[in-house]
Amino acid sequence: MVHADHATPAHPILQEVKPAVIPRAILVENNRSFSWITEKICGIIEGKTPTWWWVCFILACFVASFTVAGITYLVATGVGVWGHANPVNWAWDIVNFVFWIGIGHAGTLISAILCLLRQKWRTSINRAAEAMTIFAVVCAAIFPVFHVGRVWYAWYLFPIPNSNAVWQNFRSPLEWDVFAVSTYGTVSVLFWYVGLIPDLAILRDRFLNAGNKFRSFLYGLFAMGWRGSNRHWSNYEMAYLILAGISTPLVLSVHTIVSFDFAVSLIPGWHTTIFPPYFVAGAIFSGFGMVLTLMLPLRAVYGLQDLITQYHIDCMCKITLATGTIVGYAYGIEFFIAWYGANPYEGFAFVNRAFGHYAWAYWIMISCNVITPQFFWFKKVRENTAFVWILSIFVNVGMWFERFVIIVTSLARDFLPSSWGYYSPSIVEIFTFFGTFGVFSVLFLLFIRFLPIMPMAELKAVTPQADVHGHGMAGHGDPAARDFKH
Amino acid sequence: MAAQPYGLIATFDTATELYHAAEKIRDAGYRHWDCITPCPVHGLDRAMGLRRSIIPRISLVGGIIGFFTGMSMIWWTGAYDYPLIVGGKPYFSAMFAFPISYELTILFAAFATVIGMFVVNRLPMHYHPVLKYDKIGRGMDDTFFIVIEARDPRFNLANTKALLEKTGGKAIVELES
Repeated sequence: MVHADHATPAHPILQEVKPAVIPRAILVENNRSFSWITEKICGIIEGKTPTWWWVCFILACFVASFTVAGITYLVATGVGVWGHANPVNWAWDIVNFVFWIGIGHAGTLISAILCLLRQKWRTSINRAAEAMTIFAVVCAAIFPVFHVGRVWYAWYLFPIPNSNAVWQNFRSPLEWDVFAVSTYGTVSVLFWYVGLIPDLAILRDRFLNAGNKFRSFLYGLFAMGWRGSNRHWSNYEMAYLILAGISTPLVLSVHTIVSFDFAVSLIPGWHTTIFPPYFVAGAIFSGFGMVLTLMLPLRAVYGLQDLITQYHIDCMCKITLATGTIVGYAYGIEFFIAWYGANPYEGFAFVNRAFGHYAWAYWIMISCNVITPQFFWFKKVRENTAFVWILSIFVNVGMWFERFVIIVTSLARDFLPSSWGYYSPSIVEIFTFFGTFGVFSVLFLLFIRFLPIMPMAELKAVTPQADVHGHGMAGHGDPAARDFKH
Repeated sequence: MAAQPYGLIATFDTATELYHAAEKIRDAGYRHWDCITPCPVHGLDRAMGLRRSIIPRISLVGGIIGFFTGMSMIWWTGAYDYPLIVGGKPYFSAMFAFPISYELTILFAAFATVIGMFVVNRLPMHYHPVLKYDKIGRGMDDTFFIVIEARDPRFNLANTKALLEKTGGKAIVELES
């Protein structure tokens, strides 16, 4: 009988069943037109430079000068000006490096992984998030490059023939890291640039119409003569999809390889197989913290509430919550394995983390990374933009402390009690790290002043006007288009 | 305008109008024609009768070259050109060569994709007759255009113009070549 039911294609009851109408999430509020989007985004670049921009820019340059001062002193004197000493020969430099690289990961997650998952809400934040990635990689690169001491030999990191005729040690995870991070930086720039091309063409035409030939020339140079041809779009969309497809394993591999720097060594507290997924989750967690930190003020200042809607903020908060919870779970599992593995050195390393000399850092990490994101369970919290922004700062702080805890506590208490030590940063390290926030802000401010902060073409593509098949929101589709069958 | 024009350009206000016009022009058998849109329009490739892009093949070739570049570089430097014992590990093993080869696969595939996209699209091309049209800026902003080129064998100034009018095209203008 059951079979007979299935075999009858047009069962009477089926004809009465109407498929549910599932409304699509509105990604651009107030049913804005294409030209409204163009005006809004281009207006930011074409308008007069706001006073707050100059104030922030000068402040950012001042902060950035601390990095310049710090590394100038280091280069002039030697790497000993940092607070490293046996057994902690690796501290703030690698902490800051991992911190900044991790921040970059959210940009790639938004632009690549969410693109593959067809999460269309990514469109309004992906440009700024990718810019964040590139600038974060710049800040990250400062630390290992200057930690080599004689920075003019930094090219020894790459397999370039040299007078000693010797080659790099490709067995070392640090060398893998050189390739991972430089590939990551390069591919991020390519991805970002490909996304910019159609928007640069808009600016080229607008500046030409406004009579500003010089700026039209500059934007036009990089727009490559883009003319919105659909024969071009066809290849362009495919190239963009492939870049998203290869950036996804890239972003996962980069932080995996960063975690190999530790996991492949034999230090208790580092030598664990959980590191790759744990680092990747932490990176995305910190990156979304930074995206919220940057996008919420930008949204308020430029009045972008129709483009970065409450739905976008909800999505970002939920990803922060999910990844933050994964990170919290990883902290728990680390302790469990330290006990279950019955290795006394491993067990000591973890007890020492929570109750040793660096317990203050450990508990800052736990409160910022495990407790903070739990607030995002509540809709009331996610709707309170100011509170979300404050929580995002805690996420940033917590993730910096996570790297500090992992790196410094493990090294300060290694196998031999006779070599135990306590690490404190020197003023030069503090200056250098503090200044990187200025470097990042300078780059980001230049970006929001001179480049479109949102991908206009992609935003237009998610509006109901771009949907020729009429399955957008009710009332917007052309009824004639519904007859079209694939 | 004594010289042969580059082609005809017609304006469409909405993506849906453009989409249906494109289907009709495809069915009329034109080969050298194009749609100008401010954003990628889903399904327009099919409406224009375009084949699947060949970019993925270029990316694949780039990725394969990248992988073998990584493997052979690490073998050549470490096991052939200057063998050096480090930590008692072998001179070459695909295991430790893998992370770098993996990264180079992605790096080369990315360059192949981007350069391939430019080559296939014949960009950069800073001069193009379409870009000389004074309203083309709207095509990046909020308007849609169809361009039919004069080199198309079916092109005939009067007939093509009539076809564009019939499909709903407005403001049909000849483009200087």
